[in-house]
Formats: sequence, structure tokens, C-alpha cells
Amino acid sequence: MSKSLKFLAPIGAAVLLAAPAFAQDTLGLGRAALPEEVAAWDIDIRPDGLGLPVGSGDVFTGEEVFVEKCAVCHGDFGEGTGRWPVLAGGAGTLTNRDPVKTIGSYWPYLSTVYDYIYRAMPFGEAQSLEPDEVYSITAYLLYMNDVVPDDFELSNENFLEVEMPNAGNFFMDDRAETELPVFSAAVCMENCKDSAEITMHASVLDVTPETEDVAVTQDAVVEEAAVVEPAAPAVDPALIAAGEGLFRQCSACHQIGEGAVNRTGPALHGMIGSTMGAVEGFRYSSVFQNAAAAGDVWTAESLEAFLADPRGTMSGTKMSFRGVRNAEDIAALIAYMESFDD
Amino acid sequence: MSEIYKGMKPSRRNFLRGAAAGGAALVGGAGMARAEGDPAILEKQPWAQFLGAGVDEAPYGMPSKFEAHVRRQNVPWLTADPVSSINFTPLHELDGIITPNGLCFERHHAGVAEVDPGEYRLMINGLVDRPLVFTMEDLMRFPRENHVYFLECAANTGMEWAGAQLNGCQFTHGMIHNVMYTGVPLRLILQEAGVKTTGKWLLPEGADASAMTRSIPMEKAMDDCLVAFKMNGEALRPEQGYPVRLVVPGWEGNMWVKWLRRIEVGDEPWHHREETSKYTDLLANGQARRFTWEMDAKSVITSPSPQKPITHGPGPVVMTGVAWSGRGTIPRVDVTIDGGINWHAARISGPSLNKSMHRFYYEFNWDGKPMLLQSRAHDSTGYVQPTKEQLRSVRGENSIYHNNGIQTWAVDEQGVAENVEIS
Repeated sequence: MSKSLKFLAPIGAAVLLAAPAFAQDTLGLGRAALPEEVAAWDIDIRPDGLGLPVGSGDVFTGEEVFVEKCAVCHGDFGEGTGRWPVLAGGAGTLTNRDPVKTIGSYWPYLSTVYDYIYRAMPFGEAQSLEPDEVYSITAYLLYMNDVVPDDFELSNENFLEVEMPNAGNFFMDDRAETELPVFSAAVCMENCKDSAEITMHASVLDVTPETEDVAVTQDAVVEEAAVVEPAAPAVDPALIAAGEGLFRQCSACHQIGEGAVNRTGPALHGMIGSTMGAVEGFRYSSVFQNAAAAGDVWTAESLEAFLADPRGTMSGTKMSFRGVRNAEDIAALIAYMESFDD
Repeated sequence: MSEIYKGMKPSRRNFLRGAAAGGAALVGGAGMARAEGDPAILEKQPWAQFLGAGVDEAPYGMPSKFEAHVRRQNVPWLTADPVSSINFTPLHELDGIITPNGLCFERHHAGVAEVDPGEYRLMINGLVDRPLVFTMEDLMRFPRENHVYFLECAANTGMEWAGAQLNGCQFTHGMIHNVMYTGVPLRLILQEAGVKTTGKWLLPEGADASAMTRSIPMEKAMDDCLVAFKMNGEALRPEQGYPVRLVVPGWEGNMWVKWLRRIEVGDEPWHHREETSKYTDLLANGQARRFTWEMDAKSVITSPSPQKPITHGPGPVVMTGVAWSGRGTIPRVDVTIDGGINWHAARISGPSLNKSMHRFYYEFNWDGKPMLLQSRAHDSTGYVQPTKEQLRSVRGENSIYHNNGIQTWAVDEQGVAENVEIS
């Protein structure tokens, strides 16, 4: 603890002269944080309930919110789609060869669930949920993990009463006692064993990513040196570039361009002029299924409207994105998306 | 070869490897003497005759186009999506101890936040006498320090717990980088706010859409943590937390909160997602260690390695690699070419700094016979890097994090290297 004493000591005489108005151990830098500023950023929740806002939510409401905002990645029952996290089940698997670590089977504290959902979820639209929504989602997650019955309502009042099944199975890092002495023994340098045989090859699994061919031969470089005049672009390249930057927020869910595949959202190659809700292999919401059945086609106008207000335009869409406010940004996004259409 | 390495498409390196395997006549490489003379000498090269680019052609310089293969790479099957994902430092292409900024591995939980330094604010709140807000300009008025530290993700080598999986030190060990940070000691910033005597823990928080948080004990914060804004002399790269990140020397990378926007002081840890659901080490008995902050001593041979085969045939070989410890320096690295029957002292070259990567070399004459290469780091506390079996005997195979076991590369007669485990 001796190191913490440093904190009490003045850091130097020059410093004292520079900041006469403040305590002896400060420089007088920064300004006071206003209470409303602290409130705006201080969102953390602790296991003892510190930070929990007033509110409540029940399992049934939680299911509705979850299906609307979470299920696209986590599945309707928290089973996880693709490689997105599994949130429910897995009880009793922690000693298995492939443990399933979920909120129910692994997480020690309920406060972590509330804190994380508000802090970082839905993915791509963080800190957009109201306290009651977070309570209800948390209640639904508890229900899916068989921790509470289906008529349960969670609130800041009863929050600390919920016990997580795996709470007792965590302990403080004990490497200093269990490992360091064992791994600090004298080592052998000569004739340490009779033989060394290979017991396992990585190539058997063959999961190493492919190395793309980035070979640069001298000939190729010489050819590259010959200047090719680019064809005059039809659309302002700066607009496309701006759209590329903006598209980053879309790329959490959508791939675009040649070779794009469906992810959380459908692949977006050649969108304008194509039928709505018709990207092969994507599971659309009913509003897009209906549009596809009606033969509705994406135009620049309909895309503009959708990007400005996804849920207002296509009520019931699974796309959990609030929309793009700025018309210039929408134009840039569309220019970028169209730059892939050939 | 191709049947062994079907995961890798042909590349320049594979071409060279093929040439080396092709027969003794080719051994010696492109620069060997030929009866008709070497065209690289006899023919005028374009760069020797024509003018090159002038100054300012690249106001911010980039590597030679011949180095295009030196790059970070991800392992797509690892994560659901590239926005919350990780890529890997190409350790096999690097030398010395410093990782170039553009090659430092990336790990994001909600993509790269683009924080405008003009709108950057750092808030200190909680159990302090004076909750404060700092701007970039404020931070630049604190005394600052320079330190070289490694940053290793706790999950580095995590895919190897159940056995050899990935062919290349980039993938097995590339969740690490080592740069010089310029920053303000965290204790000076806390001192400005005045930590109350009840303040025992910190919660640093990121400004990105994951709002990353970790609980850090006050003792560590007062010891050597930095609030950093430069790496290797230039501003932090966006993917490394521009404009400000926390530096937590020797401790797992997840704690080095990027895009740092707030530090709360409290009397208890927060037990947030990244220290409960993640970054806890599940043992074979179903119990899990938490707060396993320190990174154990570790090393890996970066060449020869699966991505850096021996292409020149028998004769002199430079074996090289890196070693590091979250508990101090690396005074010694042992290496073996026979799978641990006999060990040799490697030569450490370059600065030996606390909680920094160290560079080691072992030069030897290869007889062209198959080899089993390993390195074994000793740190300044006397800790010796364990074998993978030793680690598994304590932790089982499910702990994901903190796998610092000794890595083995098998090298065949052609010089081709593979990730293996041995008896």
C-alpha cells in the first residue's frame, strides 16, 4: 500500500507556485463537473444496486421488447443466431467439454445484465432503452433461464432479491498461491527427456484463415506504373466517399457489394430497382414479405424515405436503426450504395 | 506441401517455399550465382534509370508496396461480426521490440469510435472531493511520461487450449502489441479530483457504443497506469482509442479502456460484463477465477514459424522471437530445436524494459533434418513459462484466457513449419 501514499504527497515546488489557488497537491486543471453532466454519463450499476434507476418491467412485456429489439441476433428464446451470444440455457454444463456460458448458467450478478443491456444494447443503438424496457428485458431473460416464474415483475425494489444460480462459483485470482510456486522451479537444460513425439497437428483441423494472394512480383509493379486514366465518374466521388464513412454504422448488420452475404440484415448488392424484401435466403419481417408479395420495388425515393425513418416507413421492420436525420447524409449513403450497382 | 497447407492459397512466400522444396539446384535463392550472370545485376532496373517520386508524394508515408503482405488479419469464424471482433498482429513479419502503429492488433466491441478531440472530455466522478471534467488541452498541461509496454489480450492463444489449432504465430500469438506510450500518470489526474479515503476502486469507461468498463483497484491506478494520448510518438490511432486511452501495464488488454471518457471512483468493484461473463477463467471443476489481471510470462518463436518457413535450405538459420511478462522483465529465454531434449540460451537484443516485449535470437547451423522448435521465457520474478500440459493440469481446457503455454513449431526437411503439440 506504500505506493498509494504518493498520492498524498505534493508533486513538486514548481507545481505549488503554478497553482496557488488550489490545494497543495493539485495543479488546478480541469473544471467542476456539473451534477447534470455526471448524471448524463454515470450510468453504471453495481451488484449492491448502486445506480439502479426507478422502474419496473414484467416477463410478458420483456418478451415483446426482446422479440422486437434483441431476437434478430439472440433468437426469440435467447438461443443465439449465427455466432451471436446465447443468453439462456446451459445450466449444468460448466464442467463439460463445451460449456454453455449464459446469463443463467454463468453470470454471477443480475446487476451486470441490467448494466450491460442499457450500456451497450441493442447492438448499434446503445443507450436507447428506457429503464422500464431494461427491467422487462432483464425479467424475460431471468424467465428464459428458469430463475423466475412467468408472472414475475422486476423492479428497483425487488432487484436485490434475485439470486443468480452460479453466483457462488467465482473466486479471486489465486495464481500467486496455486501456480507461481509450481511454475518457478529450476529448469532442465540437457538430456531432459528421451524423445519428443508429435501428438497433435494444427493442419488436421485446418481452421487457419486463408492467406490472400498479395504477392507483388517485379513485373506486376512495372505494369502498375503505367498510368491508366480513370473514366469520368458519374457521381461525385466525394459524395460516395462520405457515404462510405456513413455506411460504417450500417455495416454492423449489412454487407454490400460483390460477394456480400446476408448477415443480421440482408446483403445490399444492386438494391435500387430490385424488389423489396426479396434478397434470397434472408428472413424478412412480415412488412417486407408483404412488400415482396406486392412486387414493390426499391427506388431512390423509397430508399430515401426508408433511411430517414425505417420504422415509420416500414412499420414492423426488424431493422433496429433509428434512421438518418440529415438529407445530405442520406444522399451520400445512396450514392455509396449505388456505386456497387453495375 | 499443398495437401498439408490446404488452408493457405499460393502467395509469394509459398512460391519461395516451393522453390526451396524444388531441389538442391534452387537452394540459395534468387541471388545465387548463375552461369549467364544475374539479371538483377546485368539488366538495368527501372529504379536505377528513371526518377522516383518526389518529396510530399506521401505526406504521411506508407510502407513499400513490396510489403503489402505485412498486415493485420482476422479469423472470421471466431466472431459473429467484424464490428465486435478482433484481428491479429503479424508477429512473423516484425523484428525488434516495437510494433508499428498500423500493425497493432485491433479489438473492438462496437467498432472504431471516431471521437473529435475538440469535443473530447474526460470526467472524474464518484468518491472524489471535486468531480472534474478535463479537455484535451487540460490533459496536455499535466506532467507526462514515456513508457514502452506490451498490451496483450487475455484471450491471446485462447484458441489453443484444447490443442494445436491455428497455423501461424500471427493467429496463435498475435493479440499483442508493444509500443511507447506518452501519457499522464493516472495518479496525477486522480489527485486533481482528490480521492476520498473510501475510494478503493476505479471504473474507467469508454466513449464508444459499447461503453467499455472494467473495475481497477486503486493501488494499480496509483502505481503505473497512464492516461495516454500518443503511441510511438504520434497520436493514438483511432482503432487504439484516439484521442485518449488508459494504459494498465502488464495487465490484460481489455482493461486498457480505449476512447476513455470517464473514470468513476468507488468503494467496491462493479462486476460488469467484461469481468464476469468474460475475462473470468473457468476451471475444470466448474469454478471460475475472477480478476486475473496480470499477464503471465510468455514467449513465441516468430521465425521460423508456419507463416515464415525456412526457404534457404540447410546452413545458417536465424531463429527469433519475442518474450514478455506482466510482472517485470525477461532476463532469460531458453530455446530448443529438438522438442525440449536439450535447451540453449537465446540472445536477447534490444532494450530490456519492465512489462515490455523483449526480442531474442538463436543462430545455429541447420542440418536439414526435421526440428521441433520451442522457446521458454523466464521473468524477473523467477517465473518460468510452463508447458501447455502443465497449464492444463491446473486449469483444464475451458478457461479461454491466459494461455501462456510453451508453443511448438515442427519444421520438416523442406523447412516448412507447422503448429503441433508434442509429448
